Amino acid sequence: MGQGRRMKRKQGMPDALSEEHFANLKRRAGLPVEPPVEKASLSNKKRKTAKGAAVAKKPEPAPKKASAKKSNGKAKKLPVQEQDSDDEEMGDEFDLDQLEDDGSSDEDVSSGGKKKNIWSDDENDSDDAEEDDSVFDSDDQEEGGKKGKFVFSDDEDESDAEEKLTAANIAGLSRRLDKKLAEDKAITETEMQESAMQTNIDGPKIFGEEDDDEDDELTDKSKSLLAPDLQLLRQRITDTIRVLDDFANLAEEGRSRAEYTAQLLKDICAYYGYSPYLAEKLFNLFTPREAFAFFEANEMPRPVVIRTNTLRTHRRDLAQALINRGVTLEPVGKWSKVGLQIFEANVPLGATPEYLAGHYIIQAAASFLPVMALSPQPNERVLDMASAPGGKTTYCSAMMNNTGIVFANDPNKERAKGLIGNVARLGVRNVIVCSYDGREFPRVMGGFDRVLLDAPCSGTGVISKDPSVKTNKDEKDFISLPHMQKQLLLSAIDSVNHASETGGFLVYSTCSVTVEENESVVAYALSRRPNVKLVDAGIPFGKEGFTSYMGKKFHPSLKLTRRFYPHAHNIDGFYVAKFQKIGPTPPNAIGAAGKKNGNAAASGDEEVIDKTPITTDEDTEMEDKSTKKKSKGKTGTEKSDFSAFDEEEDVKYMEKAKKNAMRRRGLDPKSLKKPKSQEKK
Amino acid sequence: MRPLTEEETQAVFKKLAEYTGASLKNIIAPQEDGDRNVFRLSQNRVYVVRLSMANLATSIARDNLLSLGTCLGKFTKSGKFRIHITALPILAEHARHKLWIRPNGVMPFLYGGNIVKAHVGRFSEDCPEHQGLVVYTMDDVPLGFGVSARSTAESRRLDPTGVVCFRQADCGEYLRDEDTLFQSG
Repeated sequence: MGQGRRMKRKQGMPDALSEEHFANLKRRAGLPVEPPVEKASLSNKKRKTAKGAAVAKKPEPAPKKASAKKSNGKAKKLPVQEQDSDDEEMGDEFDLDQLEDDGSSDEDVSSGGKKKNIWSDDENDSDDAEEDDSVFDSDDQEEGGKKGKFVFSDDEDESDAEEKLTAANIAGLSRRLDKKLAEDKAITETEMQESAMQTNIDGPKIFGEEDDDEDDELTDKSKSLLAPDLQLLRQRITDTIRVLDDFANLAEEGRSRAEYTAQLLKDICAYYGYSPYLAEKLFNLFTPREAFAFFEANEMPRPVVIRTNTLRTHRRDLAQALINRGVTLEPVGKWSKVGLQIFEANVPLGATPEYLAGHYIIQAAASFLPVMALSPQPNERVLDMASAPGGKTTYCSAMMNNTGIVFANDPNKERAKGLIGNVARLGVRNVIVCSYDGREFPRVMGGFDRVLLDAPCSGTGVISKDPSVKTNKDEKDFISLPHMQKQLLLSAIDSVNHASETGGFLVYSTCSVTVEENESVVAYALSRRPNVKLVDAGIPFGKEGFTSYMGKKFHPSLKLTRRFYPHAHNIDGFYVAKFQKIGPTPPNAIGAAGKKNGNAAASGDEEVIDKTPITTDEDTEMEDKSTKKKSKGKTGTEKSDFSAFDEEEDVKYMEKAKKNAMRRRGLDPKSLKKPKSQEKK
Repeated sequence: MRPLTEEETQAVFKKLAEYTGASLKNIIAPQEDGDRNVFRLSQNRVYVVRLSMANLATSIARDNLLSLGTCLGKFTKSGKFRIHITALPILAEHARHKLWIRPNGVMPFLYGGNIVKAHVGRFSEDCPEHQGLVVYTMDDVPLGFGVSARSTAESRRLDPTGVVCFRQADCGEYLRDEDTLFQSG
């Protein structure tokens, strides 16, 4: 298109304000609309005449342009207004509307082919021929008029006004601009209210005037339709956060904190594309402002970090070699003597001769941390329970200087291939690679001086690497994953040799930031294994683990664990807990080897029997196994086989069991009583 | 996992001796801490591993044991021994004939090419024809190994595009052949 579309709208007077614009807005939002009756035929006619005029004008576009400009420059009261009042989006849509009319008939103006049009507007913008263009001309102009002043002011328009700025008219122009701005603002406000869209152009007005549900619907719709709404969303997010920061002063009257939070969460979901469940989970870990920073940081990639293989080279030599290849790098931080952070690389880092010769491995900075916490010593026996792709394993070996033994376990044999490759490439000789399920481990082999468990997790710390986590993790994952992690941790604990002279340590880490996968799991292990205690991880930075979270209380020693966040430390979200095993696992501990054996050896039948006892203790004593088996199927019908059921006693037992269960989960057992007592009253 | 039989040991040592000198003995010599290296065969692959490690690895079931220590290579179905790039650290330690390649020849070699005269930086003297060579960069980083195409004296007279060394294994295989190089259960 030779001349800007803006130009076209500058010809002639705007039309009077009509209801149609609002009707269209509403229609788009899916609200009920009374169809504008008189408009259709009218506009069609007008367009036709205008079209004719435009076609006639076509041969000499240049002078037209000139005159338009001129009028703009000097006395541009009218054109400016028009132009302001013209909203790009709306304009296009209307164009389309009428374009369609062109082809078919008048009836389209009601709601007929509406939806289709909305999407096709780009297309029209770009590939319409000159002639169409001029047709649009008139349409646009009309539409601009029709819509009158209901506008989103565009940067485009602003710049247009400015380009005619000269020294001579600067004062007048600026006054005009001011006025225009003021008008704009007023107009925008009215429109916002009209269309129940909510923004907060003037101050943190988070909630619209109308019903919340309607708002949501609108925001949802607009999210899918309008690009600029992302900016509004973002604006609203920051405003909501501001309000939440200083709730007493900034909050709207009658709005609760919960409402604001809910709104904020909704916006975050829309803006960053999280599932509501995950967004809430992550949001609850932080203050609103920090949460926002966290979500923002998840959109940025973390810096690439490589680890020097100290078995083969020194960091200084490696850095020099890579610099000679055109890599810009820098030590990753004071806390690591082997890490190099890459800023820019002209060569593929995974295929340099140095890489192939095993001088370094590409490894996220965060995954240095568990190994540093573990700090394996030479001549020890170390187990890495979930080791692929081998960054941590080889780091362990490097720390042990190829002495001792590292068992690298990974249940997935495909992934283990990459692990073996890395182990061989880096010249590590003290590794035994095996593929067991980590939960079997103390039975395969125990007596390790140190165990590293980098548990499989939801990956909420590495969303920047794998954004699919945003949507594909749901409630089930946050039940099943922690469950497995707990099992793994218990078996890891049982694999440690508490009597080791140099060790007896265990490091549990995840690349997740949720409490379910971290503190809860650690707390569970502490409660199940009285023979371990948490010790300081020995990492100079990071935030303390939670000792209480959403009403759950954890053991105070969870302070010794460390959390790492992308927004705070510019490394992946990570969690590291270091245990020391101080005694043997009691044989009767839950999930302990002895007991586990019994359970695991038991066939499915017997396990079912374990669950059956709906009966009281005496019953179980009286019955032998066979009757139990028989009764299992028909508990409901054959009550006569049992002794009388003592309800009262049962209640006692149940309450006791509930209390115990709550205590185990770290909840206050007294809270169980409260609702009951209220009920009684 | 089991120790090598007599025949297998012979095959392995014959192969290794192509590249190494007399110092190969040191591989199996007892170390100062009383440990020594042993050869173990697991699913056709031969590993060099410390005895203490090999003993511990016996607790791992055959199906679950994927690798231990340093893999030297594997026996083919016809009973020949094939040396792998993973043996490079051991060969480099005990190499007899060496060849150093210039920086401009490194990438062609790592992409699997033979070594041409133009890329040779240094060459061990007195290397006969068809003798195993270990290939280094100019700053002594081992990259792979191969077989000499000409003796040292002959290769001096070669034109720059003439092949000096046939490639047998190079570090690039870690990327190219990851799927076949390692055992996958």
